Amino acid sequence: MSQAATLNSATPTVRPARRSGSLGDMIFAAACRGAGIFVLLLLGAIIAGLFIGGWDAFRTFGPAFVTGTDWDPVQEVFGAGVSIYGTVVTAVLALIMAVPVAFGIAFFLTELAPSWMRRPVGTAVELLAAVPSIIYGMWGFFLIVPFMAQTFQPFVIDNFGEIPVIGDLFAGPPFGTGILTAAIILAIMVLPFIAAVMRDVFNTVPPVFKESAYGLGCTTWEVVRNVVLPYTRVSVVGGIMLGLGRALGETMAVTFVIGNANRISASLFGPGNTIASVVALEFGEATMGSLKLSALLGLGFILFVISFIVLSLSRFMLRQRVQK
Amino acid sequence: MSHSSIPGRPKDLKASAALGRKRRRTDLIIRTACFAATIIGVLFLISILGTLFWNGFSALSLKVFTDVTRPPGSDGGLLNPIIGSVIQTFIGTLIGTPIGLLVGTYLAEYSKASPLAHSVRFVSDILLSAPSILIGLFVYQVLVVPFGGFSGWAGCVALAIIVIPIVVRTTEDMLRLLPDTLREAVIGLGAPKWKMITLVCWRAAASGILTGILLAVARVAGETAPLLFTSLGNLNWSLSLSAPMASLPLTIYAYAGSPYQDWIALAWAGALIITLGVLGLNIAARSLLRK
Repeated sequence: MSQAATLNSATPTVRPARRSGSLGDMIFAAACRGAGIFVLLLLGAIIAGLFIGGWDAFRTFGPAFVTGTDWDPVQEVFGAGVSIYGTVVTAVLALIMAVPVAFGIAFFLTELAPSWMRRPVGTAVELLAAVPSIIYGMWGFFLIVPFMAQTFQPFVIDNFGEIPVIGDLFAGPPFGTGILTAAIILAIMVLPFIAAVMRDVFNTVPPVFKESAYGLGCTTWEVVRNVVLPYTRVSVVGGIMLGLGRALGETMAVTFVIGNANRISASLFGPGNTIASVVALEFGEATMGSLKLSALLGLGFILFVISFIVLSLSRFMLRQRVQK
Repeated sequence: MSHSSIPGRPKDLKASAALGRKRRRTDLIIRTACFAATIIGVLFLISILGTLFWNGFSALSLKVFTDVTRPPGSDGGLLNPIIGSVIQTFIGTLIGTPIGLLVGTYLAEYSKASPLAHSVRFVSDILLSAPSILIGLFVYQVLVVPFGGFSGWAGCVALAIIVIPIVVRTTEDMLRLLPDTLREAVIGLGAPKWKMITLVCWRAAASGILTGILLAVARVAGETAPLLFTSLGNLNWSLSLSAPMASLPLTIYAYAGSPYQDWIALAWAGALIITLGVLGLNIAARSLLRK
């Protein structure tokens, strides 16, 4: 009885407390929601900002800004063709080199490695992803470039340079820098991202599936090829696209090793440039309000559009698996 | 139980033995190749760290930490880039973390599947992997052009934009790991939702959220591209956030490309410092999460 009485008498004091709680709730919910909308607007602002900044160049050159291959600050003629080509070629070459190795690492970490080895090796691969890109640039510039110039490129030119079609790929003097060197550095940089995604999606395969295949007498490779890969196919492609997105926008490492010349050469040893490297290198020479600055911002807009498409595809493919 | 009792064509023992050998051989080759791939991956890390220690350790001295940058040949240090990096990373994280925390909370606690939440999650994921140089270009247009010059503040804001999506991702993931019974218990006690989130959920997920913040710090501490057009770099001693500000990655970039041996040596020393710092933060974040 007395308990009920105290409960009853306590009821009025609950009310104001609840009201202040609901006010706090409203403010907090609004803050969270506002922050979410802020992030949305931020991406919108980045796209709009780059587009408006590049408008002068788009208007002056029209579609030729995308397809043109001239980049002449003196004549004020700007075309993004060469750097778009360089961006795509280095990124795709990097993927061709990185994907098999990344698959090997993921395969090893999920199926082959003894359990004591998984964590340290997995951590090592993740640390490779954490190394800042400027360090990759320096390492590439002082270690890989001399190796390419003194050992790898002379060897390839001596042995394959004379073959009709293949020889064209290796034409030119062995400077060490160039498209291929940039692609190698990019491959090393995106390797840990792709390997980590592959490892994580390989781990999502239900053990029952794999055990059934092993029970039928499959070898490890047959299990991975016929059970794990078909089950995770979409996510694996998503992981590769994520790596592609990273490779497209990489700036500092590429700037160090690509040779920075505005021309398209058939040779993999030839110098080139990418959108990001052009922006990083030429920005210092562009004055505020000049057509060149607008062209650089326009380049940024093009890079953003390419990355946006690739990253959206990647996310779409990776999320499908997660939401199932 | 002889072979003839199995229905179908009798088994050619020789052929199936050969097939078995072939399958095992393929398996062995691929397994070896995968092991080799892993060795290659680990070798890259060892090679990078080895090069950094080899070149950076000899250039490392107390002077690097106590003296400011000087012209080539006059034996300077890296004090102002180090301080500049610390300041910009700290303020960038300070600006970006609360926003990221609120967005992550919104996605995990308020709106898991609404159209707005889906688009916020999508945009945050895009920002997470978007080329960082474009964030630099954007901040250049928004903060450098209107205010008439490069500044440390612009650098901080560019870094903050990179921090946000990292914190969003880890905060959402960590809050989602909490059991709903925890939330029901708090609400059942009569606490308002915001108290449930701030006093219970955030606290329960604190180590995970802190991991995200540490990873974000590690990421922005090594960023170069977004600072190129925002804080620009400064070879003179300056602590003003309204003026161009030095940072370690930008100084490494400038020094490594120079023809002066002592500058290149300093660049290696700086590279060693920043890599050890970044990898150390990563390892700390990982061990924090494992606890």
